[in-house]
Amino acid sequence: MGFMPTISRDEVAHLARLARLDLREDELDHYAEQLDIILASVARVAEVAAADVPATSHPIPLTNVMRADVARVWLTAEEALSGAPASDGRRFRVPRILDEE
Amino acid sequence: MQQHLTRLSAADIAAAISDGDVSATEVTRAHLDRIAEVDERVHAFLHIDDEGALATAAAVDAKRKAGEPLGPLAGVPLALKDVMTMRGIPTTCGSRILEGWRPPYDSTVVERLRAADVVILGKTNMDEFAMGSSTEHSAYGPSHNPWDLDRIPGGSGGGSAAAIAAFEAPLAIGTDTGGSIRQPAAVTGTVGVKPTYGGVSRFGLVALASSLDQAGPCARTVEDAALLHAAIAGHDPRDSTSLTDPVPAVVEAARRGDVRGLRVGLVKELSGEGYQAGVTQRFNEAVDILTELGAEVVEVSCPHFDYALAAYYLILPAEASSNLARFDGMRFGLRAGDTGELGVEEVMSLTREAGFGAEVKRRIMIGTYALSSGYYDAYYGQAQKVRTLIQRDFAAAFEQADVLISPTAPTTAFRIGEKVDDPIAMYLNDVATIPVNLAGNCAMSLPIGLAPEDGLPVGLQIMAPARADERLYNAGAALEAALRDRWGHLLIEEAPAL
Repeated sequence: MGFMPTISRDEVAHLARLARLDLREDELDHYAEQLDIILASVARVAEVAAADVPATSHPIPLTNVMRADVARVWLTAEEALSGAPASDGRRFRVPRILDEE
Repeated sequence: MQQHLTRLSAADIAAAISDGDVSATEVTRAHLDRIAEVDERVHAFLHIDDEGALATAAAVDAKRKAGEPLGPLAGVPLALKDVMTMRGIPTTCGSRILEGWRPPYDSTVVERLRAADVVILGKTNMDEFAMGSSTEHSAYGPSHNPWDLDRIPGGSGGGSAAAIAAFEAPLAIGTDTGGSIRQPAAVTGTVGVKPTYGGVSRFGLVALASSLDQAGPCARTVEDAALLHAAIAGHDPRDSTSLTDPVPAVVEAARRGDVRGLRVGLVKELSGEGYQAGVTQRFNEAVDILTELGAEVVEVSCPHFDYALAAYYLILPAEASSNLARFDGMRFGLRAGDTGELGVEEVMSLTREAGFGAEVKRRIMIGTYALSSGYYDAYYGQAQKVRTLIQRDFAAAFEQADVLISPTAPTTAFRIGEKVDDPIAMYLNDVATIPVNLAGNCAMSLPIGLAPEDGLPVGLQIMAPARADERLYNAGAALEAALRDRWGHLLIEEAPAL
């Protein structure tokens, strides 16, 4: 099979950054090899002549599904925070979000 | 009596409870005992809710005593795939990132099961976030196939299928994004149905790929699957993709089982090379049986199915990479590296690195790649066009046939460890099941015998158009009855004692 490298180790590192995955060095090597093979395999979709074919993003066409804008009881603050790694009882507590590059 | 209760169908259990021959509590205890006896070896369950199950059973018994009417599944035990939220009960999706999370709400499926007085025994094992065909990608270790404990029970819903095949529960809920209900059913000798997309609410189903995900029933008989299907299906305003159509008459169809004059299409592209000899042999025998029963068998061609796997492994990772962005260590689940010095993005990256397993990271990166500028049109855009062509192939085939059939999976259950680090080999398990998810229509897998070369179950897939789920149950029931006549029992009764 004509095998064409499609992704480099640097590109994998870039993807990992975009996807917020702090990959280890050995993972970068491993994934570079595997993603190359997977992407070469899925690139087959390009063989299909489909220039004039519309795209399908959703299997059953439904448009503008709306519901009435009615307030209802849902989770309490306590319930919503029940699975949080950190909270102050009223809000989610998160690491600092400012002063970053 | 205790052992016997775990061998009954859901329909028979419900009848026995309603008739007062046995209490729901006795039925539940028998299944909890069975789990205690065999699950150390099968590992179908990640969490057992004895207390909740017995409380539901007691409520059913009280209802009966009070003379209140009982529904068709009242008191029947069920195993729930761990991708479905259930208030207060751990929901991990087979991932470390959700270890210990107890959702504060019920999924719609769980709400409907509660309304039907179904006894939920616990949560079943799965490949992490439903990515896989073997349960080997579960962070909590694989489940084992009751037919041969060294083999996979399929995936991602291998825990649900194994629980049923091991007689730990007569019913289970699965979810099917590319075959995760049907392939486990095939390799465990059980029945599994992927309903029409939108037929069962996705509210409370932790999303893998939102345009493909669909929950459905797992059972040991076609009738049981239909009863469960009817209990969980129907419009839900909390899922904007939920169909508003009435639920197809699946129970009636399962009780009819008549294929005389039914046009059955053999899909040319889902056969031949890559299919194990014994799978093909059993499949051909089943085709002969359908002909004997009066079905009209024709061959159909769906040329773009050859590209379904490639399109799927672009569309699924693209949607998954977006859906899994919610696991950021801020609102629920794991948080790693939050020492007070690091910023939010570093904490997110450390959390996701620590919380996700290898297959999840692989697919997130493929999806990120497919959606990145410069590649979007060539990969994701083109895959969506292939999706249209696959829908057109189905539409043309359904002009010639009422249902289509194929083997469910190309092989019987493989050995644990055999394909775990070979993603392409693993992905090929889903070659016959994926087209249905891409098109949004419905399909069933049911057992048709054991492959002569390895003595393991083979599944046959029936596919029907969107909103025509009843056709699956009609054809499936006919084939099941004919095979049962031939064997004198269900295939699952040949499974080795555990």
